[in-house]
Amino acid sequence: MRRNDCFFVSTNIFSTGFCSLRKIVRWMLVASMLTSMPVLAGKTLDGIKARGVISCGVSTGLAGFSAMDSKGEWHGLDVDICKALAAATLGDARKVKWVPLGSQQRFPALQSGEIDVLSHNTTWTLSRDASFGIHFTSIVYHDGQGFMVAKKTGISAVHQLSHADICVQSGTTSEKTLNDYFRAQKMKFRPVVFENFEASLKAFFSGRCQAYTTDASSLAAILQRETRNPGDYLVLAEVISKEPMSPAVRRGDDEWFAIVKWVVNALIVAEEEQLTQANLDTQKEHGNAVVQGLLGNADDIGKLLGLDRAWAYRAIQAVGNYGDIFERNLGSGSPLKLSRGANRLWTHGGLIYAPPIR
Amino acid sequence: MHIKKMRLGWLRQAYIKDWLIQAGVIVGLLLVLTYLVSMLSSNLQAKNIVSGFDFLTKPASFGIGEGVYDFEAGSPYWQAFAAGLANTLRVALLAIVLSAVLGLALGFGRLSKNILLRGLCISYVEIFRNIPLLLQFLAWYFLLTTLLPAEAWQFLGHCYLSKSGLSFPIPIGLSLTWDFPSRNPFNIAGGARLTPEFLTVLFGLTLYTAAYLAENIRAGLESVPHGQVEAGAALGLTHQQILRHILFPQALRVIIPPATNQFSGLIKSSSLAITVGYPDLVSIANTSLILTGHAAECIFLIIITYLLLSLLLSVIMNWLNRKFQIVER
Amino acid sequence: MNNAVIPSAFTNWLRVNLFADKASILITLLFCVASAYCLPAVLDWLLFKAVFRADAEACRVAQGACWGVVTEKYRVILFGRYPYQEQWRPMLVVGILLLSIIVSCRRFADYSRLALAWLLVMLFCFVLLRGGFAGLALVESSRWGGLPLTLLLTIGSIAGAFPLAILLAFGRSSQLPVIRALSTLYIELIRSIPLVSMLFLAAFIFPLLLPSRYSMDVFIRVLLGITFFLAAYLAEVLRGGLQSIPAGQLEAAASLGLRPWQVRWHIILPQALRATLPSLINSFISIFKETSLVTVVGLYELTGALTLSLSGDPNWRPFYLEGYLFIAAIYWCGCFALSRHSQQWLNKT
Repeated sequence: MRRNDCFFVSTNIFSTGFCSLRKIVRWMLVASMLTSMPVLAGKTLDGIKARGVISCGVSTGLAGFSAMDSKGEWHGLDVDICKALAAATLGDARKVKWVPLGSQQRFPALQSGEIDVLSHNTTWTLSRDASFGIHFTSIVYHDGQGFMVAKKTGISAVHQLSHADICVQSGTTSEKTLNDYFRAQKMKFRPVVFENFEASLKAFFSGRCQAYTTDASSLAAILQRETRNPGDYLVLAEVISKEPMSPAVRRGDDEWFAIVKWVVNALIVAEEEQLTQANLDTQKEHGNAVVQGLLGNADDIGKLLGLDRAWAYRAIQAVGNYGDIFERNLGSGSPLKLSRGANRLWTHGGLIYAPPIR
Repeated sequence: MHIKKMRLGWLRQAYIKDWLIQAGVIVGLLLVLTYLVSMLSSNLQAKNIVSGFDFLTKPASFGIGEGVYDFEAGSPYWQAFAAGLANTLRVALLAIVLSAVLGLALGFGRLSKNILLRGLCISYVEIFRNIPLLLQFLAWYFLLTTLLPAEAWQFLGHCYLSKSGLSFPIPIGLSLTWDFPSRNPFNIAGGARLTPEFLTVLFGLTLYTAAYLAENIRAGLESVPHGQVEAGAALGLTHQQILRHILFPQALRVIIPPATNQFSGLIKSSSLAITVGYPDLVSIANTSLILTGHAAECIFLIIITYLLLSLLLSVIMNWLNRKFQIVER
Repeated sequence: MNNAVIPSAFTNWLRVNLFADKASILITLLFCVASAYCLPAVLDWLLFKAVFRADAEACRVAQGACWGVVTEKYRVILFGRYPYQEQWRPMLVVGILLLSIIVSCRRFADYSRLALAWLLVMLFCFVLLRGGFAGLALVESSRWGGLPLTLLLTIGSIAGAFPLAILLAFGRSSQLPVIRALSTLYIELIRSIPLVSMLFLAAFIFPLLLPSRYSMDVFIRVLLGITFFLAAYLAEVLRGGLQSIPAGQLEAAASLGLRPWQVRWHIILPQALRATLPSLINSFISIFKETSLVTVVGLYELTGALTLSLSGDPNWRPFYLEGYLFIAAIYWCGCFALSRHSQQWLNKT
């Protein structure tokens, strides 16, 4: 059908020009195939299946969420979400192409189709959701913005930061929240703003700023990984905002949106039902109705999402349930030793909640 | 009729061919442009990205840490751009003046009779010209933030030097009262302040451009025939007079055109400020681009502003050039 | 006799170069004092008290420079995030590219064959880095970095910009008003904006200009951006060369019956290239230095790779300066060698 467009002979010079131009562009694109990869915007899933790999945008390096080890393997909560997606859709958690992105490049990369899903420690806000051409799927981590200071400054509470120089990364929600908070408190401060994470952190550690601000979980990671002596620094107890982190997908593909949303929900439901990598096979046969449904032993729920029967089984098998993912990357099994706090299941007084899978 | 056509043949053909080529180029260009614009707008529409310059009147969510005037979060975006432009001009103009002075010194130094001074100036030029400006920026910034004292160092009464930069008293308005900087629990408040970011950009631009200017100035000075200097000396002119009335006016004619290029390069290079956290125009535009998603609009504003700046510079330098040009009588 | 001449020549040299007049004597004395003061400290820092082992603890207590940071991190600085076991490939690429540069500097006259050779070399380097065939692991361009990336961006943009620049230069000196105006507009527009804005265009706008089914690699986009940028500068340099050719030659060629494009290709271009080679090399040096800017849009060339290797490592973070100096030395060698070459060419002709 599309091809015929260009053989249509029109008297209008513009439309013929367009056709030949399109042909030229197409040939140029074919020529640059070596480096560029076709992405199917309308049918993300088809594109993923055709390529055999999910293109996943992660942060350039944030311990606990997405960081590359010395062998080139990626680890973290955001990384595990993509692995679960790859397992559910392609049957293999390793079939992910990792695209490390700065906070500046992340939205354009998703908009342009360079990545299929953005699993990048990104805060869900209205303006991003409504005007960036993207959709957030479901919250995978509840965070809040905090401050880190050097102990020798003697600062122990946020209200002491009046007239301080504060290092922050530009274009982040942290920058906006910082300004809003200080304005509301009628406090003055001087922002020292950098366009990348590395530069802002470097400036803070050189003593240029009295405080560094970003999400509390990141501060914990920084304290653990980036300081030589964590005892020299202090993360203030107060948190000045709510930062719900969610994966995001491009607008215009509801099927893919649903898949990302429900894979995350499946991991949460798996924790509710105490499904782990170890007991998965026994539970598949002997579990309750919810478990049987989730693992595809009863109804074929996967079909509704355009996936096969064992989608959730494979996702859980690949990365474990939500609680396992948390403990492995951020909690007791990790150097960060974060407590689950707001990220406990709703049944334990936390905010992690998934709609029923049935 | 056939014969008539033959006679005028080649003239008319060449004439028509020229116009056909040009028409073809215009049509081709228009096609490419229409294609690109339609692709851009359809892509933006498909992704539900709102385009337009409306966002300029909306409140910006970020504050700017330094500038000629205080830009607070909540003021509209166009004011943020204005503050960024003011920061660009502030550092670029100062750097132009300082680099001209340093370049002049180096240019004369390269023509010194003393081989040590000559060698020093040559090595300066060779070192600073052959290292990327970005690297120089990063190195200066690292040095400043590491070497400046954490505990503010007080000098000349009310001036302070610390990791937060250089603070000094300024008069308030036109009155005779002064705004003195004073110590806070952990830094310096009040007064005027030059931040390490500003100083980095200023040093970097000045030292880099001076190396290029020194070469231009040397070439300009060497372009004046030595006989003229000797003739001046023979007339009993002092060294200063020779410089002022013979050497310099003639050298300037050779110096101004390449110096225009260097200064325009300096203004463009001030955009590297983004790498060391100085809130210049490009850095503000970049932040706005991320926050609002109006990539095309923000980049358009950068391009237009730099275009106007370079036009302004060439007008000024052309005027200077005319002033020093040989007046043929 | 001989004995008397040499000292007098030497003292004469001293008198002319160091003690010509009062000012000169003063400068010489100042120099001696300053170097007696600074030189030992500088040498101590650079060499005698410096630490060369990859030992962060020793660096911390040492009073000199910590070159250990280079010993420890040179692989990441030079090759970025390229997989460790595969780094022989970028190493080979750097070797090939350097060799090709040296060869082309010596055999510039044969430029049409050189252009073809460069095309093949670039293609080979590109394919070798990317891999994905004959048992070579596939390495996405997002993992390329360090020196090979710097060199590929520099050489790739020069190679791409050259044909465009030639067209623009002829366009700007064309008889046809429309073509002249358009070429002038392009050249002047590009020359008045900073490279950063071009990189922003490449990073943020280029993807929106393609049909949404396609995405273009960020490396290719940035390469295109630099190419469009450089073309305007090269065109302006070439135009100077075009103007230097006497009109008589063109008339002579036309009277021999050569077509206009033949005149341009066989007569004008070779001479213009030869005449402008030093300025062209200066433009090459500039773009070599300016590729360091791509770190702003998230490509890890030399400077970016250094930040990458040090920012996440608290043990080595205090020693950025030594890392900067190491990279500066690499850039300096490249730029200095090229500018020497252009100077020699200038003296020869």
